[in-house]
Amino acid sequence: MTLPSVEAPPMPGTAAERLRWSVADAWTVTGRDLAHWLRQPATLAMNLLFMVMVVLLFGYLFGGAMTVPGGGSYREFLLPGMFALSMLFGVEATMIAVSTDVARGVTDRFRAMPMARSAVVAGRGIADMLNSALGLSLLLACGLLVGWRWHGGAAATLAAIGLLLLLRFALIWVGVYLGLVVRNPEAVAAVQVLVWPLGFLSNAIAPTATMPGWLGAVAEWNPVSATITATRELFGNPGLGGVSWADQHAMLLAVVWPLVILAVFCPLAVRRWQRLSR
Amino acid sequence: MATLPVLAEGLRKRYGKASALDGFDLAVPEGTVCGLLGPNGAGKTTAVRILATLLRPDGGRARVAGFDVVGQAAQVRHRIGLLGQHPAVDEVLSGRQNLVLFGRLHHLPAAAAGRRADELLERFGLAGTGAKPVSQYSGGMRRRLDLAASLILAPPVLFLDEPTTGLDPRGRNEVWEAVRALVTAGTTVLLTTQYLDEADQLAHRISLIDQGRVIAEGTPGELKSRLGGDRIDVVAARGEELAATAAAVARVAAAEPEVDPDTRRVSAPVRDRVAALTEAARELDAAGITVEDIALRRPTLDEVFLHLTGHDTRAADQLPQEVTA
Repeated sequence: MTLPSVEAPPMPGTAAERLRWSVADAWTVTGRDLAHWLRQPATLAMNLLFMVMVVLLFGYLFGGAMTVPGGGSYREFLLPGMFALSMLFGVEATMIAVSTDVARGVTDRFRAMPMARSAVVAGRGIADMLNSALGLSLLLACGLLVGWRWHGGAAATLAAIGLLLLLRFALIWVGVYLGLVVRNPEAVAAVQVLVWPLGFLSNAIAPTATMPGWLGAVAEWNPVSATITATRELFGNPGLGGVSWADQHAMLLAVVWPLVILAVFCPLAVRRWQRLSR
Repeated sequence: MATLPVLAEGLRKRYGKASALDGFDLAVPEGTVCGLLGPNGAGKTTAVRILATLLRPDGGRARVAGFDVVGQAAQVRHRIGLLGQHPAVDEVLSGRQNLVLFGRLHHLPAAAAGRRADELLERFGLAGTGAKPVSQYSGGMRRRLDLAASLILAPPVLFLDEPTTGLDPRGRNEVWEAVRALVTAGTTVLLTTQYLDEADQLAHRISLIDQGRVIAEGTPGELKSRLGGDRIDVVAARGEELAATAAAVARVAAAEPEVDPDTRRVSAPVRDRVAALTEAARELDAAGITVEDIALRRPTLDEVFLHLTGHDTRAADQLPQEVTA
């Protein structure tokens, strides 16, 4: 079997060429995920519809028993919580994708190839951001259908969406780190279970004022709660008026928390990645 | 250097207190297959991962295709293909999509990556199933796609880490044939395996590795003759005839037979395969011994190690397992 020869592209010489390769490689890796969507439209739809189901569950099944402090519609209160939870749950997708590639040896194949190593993580991140953005769009549309509205201006609305995506961006690095630590897609299922209490131990579904004092304090300081309160404020949704420091400075915390998460988990993920060579 | 596509000198790698590689030397001439043979935990995978730039050695140096695996890793990656212990392909994508993906990541332009994918699918007998998702492939097909994905740039050096583990005999043959064809075309191959048979089938030379270093090296024939060649196994039907069976086998064997009373098995190395078998049958018959089973077989890896190291493969297994990710 003589394989026809192929003209190997020359190695990049300059820093600019290397950068061009890195960008091209990241986009190729992203394209792999987009191809997954087309190959498995049902899986994509299930993932996207899952949050819609949660919205309907809480909005209609439990929502009747809920009162929002200060008045207002429960579904208007609920939706910003759902937006932020969908960002949080995205961490599971990142974790599974990263650990599956490590377990299957695909990561090693990438690492033994003449591609930019940064592209493996960058491509994963771009794909996950696109996926979450798509999911968020769908959830926004779903919100509009169940009676949620934004009452602020365009700038405030876009700022709220920006805060949500900032949270997701920070969580990508948590997902990459945990995926590299766990390395086993089955074990990831166990880690996933821990994401849920983290999400529900926030002001997403119930106002913290209704919780026992200590639990309410924990929920108020939850990074997810900061994003939720800040987006409620920007969207002009009810449920504000908390008196704690965290509640009063939600806008600040909604920026600071993701930056702290980034500052912790980005170096951790990079170090884990480098440890693959050790 | 041009004549030695794979050259390792005194490679060292430790995991905590355990030494995975401890002065590992290897030289593979161009266009040949070198079989790296050893039990689990002997350091085979660690050696391949260092040579394929996936792991950084703690000591020693190695050159692949003329480039240093640490200092010139990018150059090395341009010139190698790597087949890990499990097929490293995307299960969701089709076979063709996989090859286009890897082609693009080797920086082929889109049209060239597509052409290359089609060529490789054709060469590996996957042209008809190129559009199917890999999750529907058989084990052998997956391995062939995996191999094709390692050959995007027709690399001069190919690393195969236990390429047929988990394959049925048919899948194993498919992979062996593909590797043979590549070697005929001039590719240099470093193959790790736990199977003597596989090294025998594919390798021009075999390096036996134990506890992180090469303990013996030679052609398959040379190594086998050092081990005393094939063995005869006789299982006595009745325990009380075991001693007589051993005596009968001893008369045709090249060395003192080993006797295992639990399985009533008498085992001994023989020089001339067929003559030994017929003579043994005659001796046993003349002694009036009832035999449950009689067979010729190749020495097992355990026996190779027992012979060369004085300990069997279990001793090596007590070392921490290699990181195989």
